[in-house]
Amino acid sequence: MKILVMGPGCPKCEQTEKTVRDAVAEAGIAADIEKVKDFQEIAKYGIFSTPAVVIDGEVKVVGRAPSKKDVLDWLK
Amino acid sequence: MSNCACSCQAAPKFVFSCSGAADVGEVADQAARAVSREGAAKMFCLAGIGGKVSGIVKSTEAAEKVVAIDGCPLNCARKTLEEAGFTGFEHIQLDALGLKKGESPATPENIQTVMRAVTEAFSK
Repeated sequence: MKILVMGPGCPKCEQTEKTVRDAVAEAGIAADIEKVKDFQEIAKYGIFSTPAVVIDGEVKVVGRAPSKKDVLDWLK
Repeated sequence: MSNCACSCQAAPKFVFSCSGAADVGEVADQAARAVSREGAAKMFCLAGIGGKVSGIVKSTEAAEKVVAIDGCPLNCARKTLEEAGFTGFEHIQLDALGLKKGESPATPENIQTVMRAVTEAFSK
């Protein structure tokens, strides 16, 4: 599973990365988590607001920091 | 100021155009592009909504405001957004602005008329 956390590095983006890492650890699954800060890369996904989370190519959330429960639901 | 677009800043405003084949579709398209160029809102891809492209759908969900422009009474832009589950967006139909299909070429005057309506819709 490949997870992209999109965001330039603002507090909500950092919080999103931590939430995703916590959720992956709690779920006990193997996932490649990558932080994407480049806006050109982010825009390629049709994302125009951050933070955003992309799991295996599918955008799950844009413009808000998800809860751990949100992420755990996406990992199922 | 950085080009940060995080949610700590204002969410984007999106304008969608039917961009249909008729003259009024061209007027709607050109007006949306002009509004986008001027910076009042960002023109976004209606085809991405129809195709359920996840980034475009989720970005639209996160938008502060959405305006849809339809050239004719078929209202394809409005129906596309509704089909994807969007409600509460502003809708502009060129027919209601007096621009009739087949009689309204993409002149600067017609484009300006629609641009004014779009700007007004965003100010509501």
